[in-house]
Amino acid sequence: MQRLFSKRSLCASVFRGKRQCASFSTALLFDDTQIQFKESVAQFAQENIAPHASKIDQTNYFPKEVNLWKLMGDFNLHGITAPEKYGGLGLGYLYHCIAMEEISRASGSVGLSYGAHSNLCINQLVRNGNPAQKEKYLPKLISGEHVGALAMSEPNAGSDVVSMKCKADHVDGGYIISGNKMWCTNGPVAQTLVVYAKTNITAGSKGITAFIIEKGMPGFSTAQKLDKLGMRGSDTCELVFENCFVPEENVLGQEGKGVYVMMSGLDLERLVLAAGPLGIMQACLDVVLPYVRQREQFGRPIGEFQFIQGKLADMYTSLQSSRSYVYSVARDCDNGKVNPKDCAGVILCAAERATQVALQAIQCLGGNGYVNEYTTGRLLRDAKLYEIGAGTSEIRRMIIGRELFKEQ
Amino acid sequence: MKIMVAVKRVVDYAVKIRVKPDKTGLETHNVKMSMNPFCEIALEEALRIKESGLALEVVAVSMGPAQCVDTLRTGLAMGADRGIHVEATGALYPLSVAKLLKALVEVENPGLLILGKQAIDDDCNQTGQMVAGLLGWPQGTFASKVVLDKENQVATVDREVDGGLETLSLDLPAVITTDLRLNQPRYATLPNIMKAKSKVIKKLTPQELKVEIRSDLEVVQVTEPPKRKAGVIVSSVDELIDKLKNEAHVI
Repeated sequence: MQRLFSKRSLCASVFRGKRQCASFSTALLFDDTQIQFKESVAQFAQENIAPHASKIDQTNYFPKEVNLWKLMGDFNLHGITAPEKYGGLGLGYLYHCIAMEEISRASGSVGLSYGAHSNLCINQLVRNGNPAQKEKYLPKLISGEHVGALAMSEPNAGSDVVSMKCKADHVDGGYIISGNKMWCTNGPVAQTLVVYAKTNITAGSKGITAFIIEKGMPGFSTAQKLDKLGMRGSDTCELVFENCFVPEENVLGQEGKGVYVMMSGLDLERLVLAAGPLGIMQACLDVVLPYVRQREQFGRPIGEFQFIQGKLADMYTSLQSSRSYVYSVARDCDNGKVNPKDCAGVILCAAERATQVALQAIQCLGGNGYVNEYTTGRLLRDAKLYEIGAGTSEIRRMIIGRELFKEQ
Repeated sequence: MKIMVAVKRVVDYAVKIRVKPDKTGLETHNVKMSMNPFCEIALEEALRIKESGLALEVVAVSMGPAQCVDTLRTGLAMGADRGIHVEATGALYPLSVAKLLKALVEVENPGLLILGKQAIDDDCNQTGQMVAGLLGWPQGTFASKVVLDKENQVATVDREVDGGLETLSLDLPAVITTDLRLNQPRYATLPNIMKAKSKVIKKLTPQELKVEIRSDLEVVQVTEPPKRKAGVIVSSVDELIDKLKNEAHVI
């Protein structure tokens, strides 16, 4: 009997990894297939990604012993929105958001890197690439053999991204790119990068062109990896172009039309990345709920106190309302209705709430929440990124307000 | 050859188990349920045998309330070809399940019946042995390695026994129950979840299979294990020996 018991507990802990089980009704948001997919990704992420999350944060590196990119590729998570003939699933943003949420729940930084790879790079190639480009780049990116990235910001062009200075001069057979790109997620590890540069420096937004850059192109290099507050392990760096020759066929879309590639991509980027803070909020509740049941003060579990219950209620409603907003906008986008103000709205809402929920999570854990042995500090640091990346909260408010004012 | 796999719907292994206040059983209301981990291993093994070309079809079967269909769907999404659900309400004990399985085997005629060695809810570890007995089939329990010889219709099973491994050779058809280290089950990927939607789950009742659900067993009560007490630090070896002898009664 003892032997059986020990094997059972072995089954629950060693073999399958530890898994949190708090999950809330999503019956109104998803159909059966979507629920099953969510559970399957959750299981995958909790068993394969979550056990590395703390170490990724501490060391600022993805684990060396396993290739998470490949594992996610084997699960077919990279190409959710890519056509089946390149190895993708040919599905929509709703599924992509589900995957993004569950991966971010396991590790915020793996989630961010996953988002940059699968949406910013792969989905941009899917939407704007020509058949030859898709054939050349998508299969390896979708399998996880190659990592993808996208670069638009520059040291002096962040929110005001159209003022970018990185230039691409037309020469015989291609372009010579010179300049720098900043805060490029996956930059240090990426083999395939979508990079925006100006082919006409005086034409403002109409002078921007998108290029596909490959690691190893002469004149292209990456500078030092950035030491970030959160999202540690999701590698970010500066890209340096010193007279880098890029052949004609690597123009993504048309010359001078880069701003359309960029802005339409940004809407979908905001939508998919908005599922990141959802996962972080869920992770907060995954930590807090068992804790308040177990931790006793004044002779009873702290979850019996109304101050704590109030926090739980606030955290829960923040998560569930953000979730409803994100997934209803995802459904709209799948139906071809991409509305910039709602794409900005979902990430504005989810990101700011995630930071607040993470702060509440720390408060619920008290002294323990302030100690790095618990995950709540990491969740807060990770959550904050989503108020900055893919357009700051301020830019998002500007987009929403401007659209509302313009609409009659 | 056809392989039949029995899968059981149990409280998810990561859920903290709670006993019902009236002590009649475990709280399952609003509790996450999933496929018994040993059954996942059984299904994975069947799928691997099929993928290696040694079997043509994998049929997943489950017994219990209507929600067992969810468990079967998981099985179909992992790769089983079709499902059979025997709808039975109320408590099902191993002997009833074994009788139902025997009835299903007689309908389906599989060459191999694979089960998890036990379910993590009741830990009975009886169903596989019982169904093998009822069918008069050879059994390889606690399998940690299974090799099929299609030509000679023989299965070689390594089983984990106290102190080592025992290797058995079974004539097919046979019953195999799976241990933890046999394999690592796959995840249900999205394309397979979608494919599973068009797969058939056949519904049957115990009456249709001519099996009467009854039991000579009755659960009197279910209680939580006693809470573990805090340890004490002893001041000397003599005190330790004294405690082990007179308090713990272990030496």
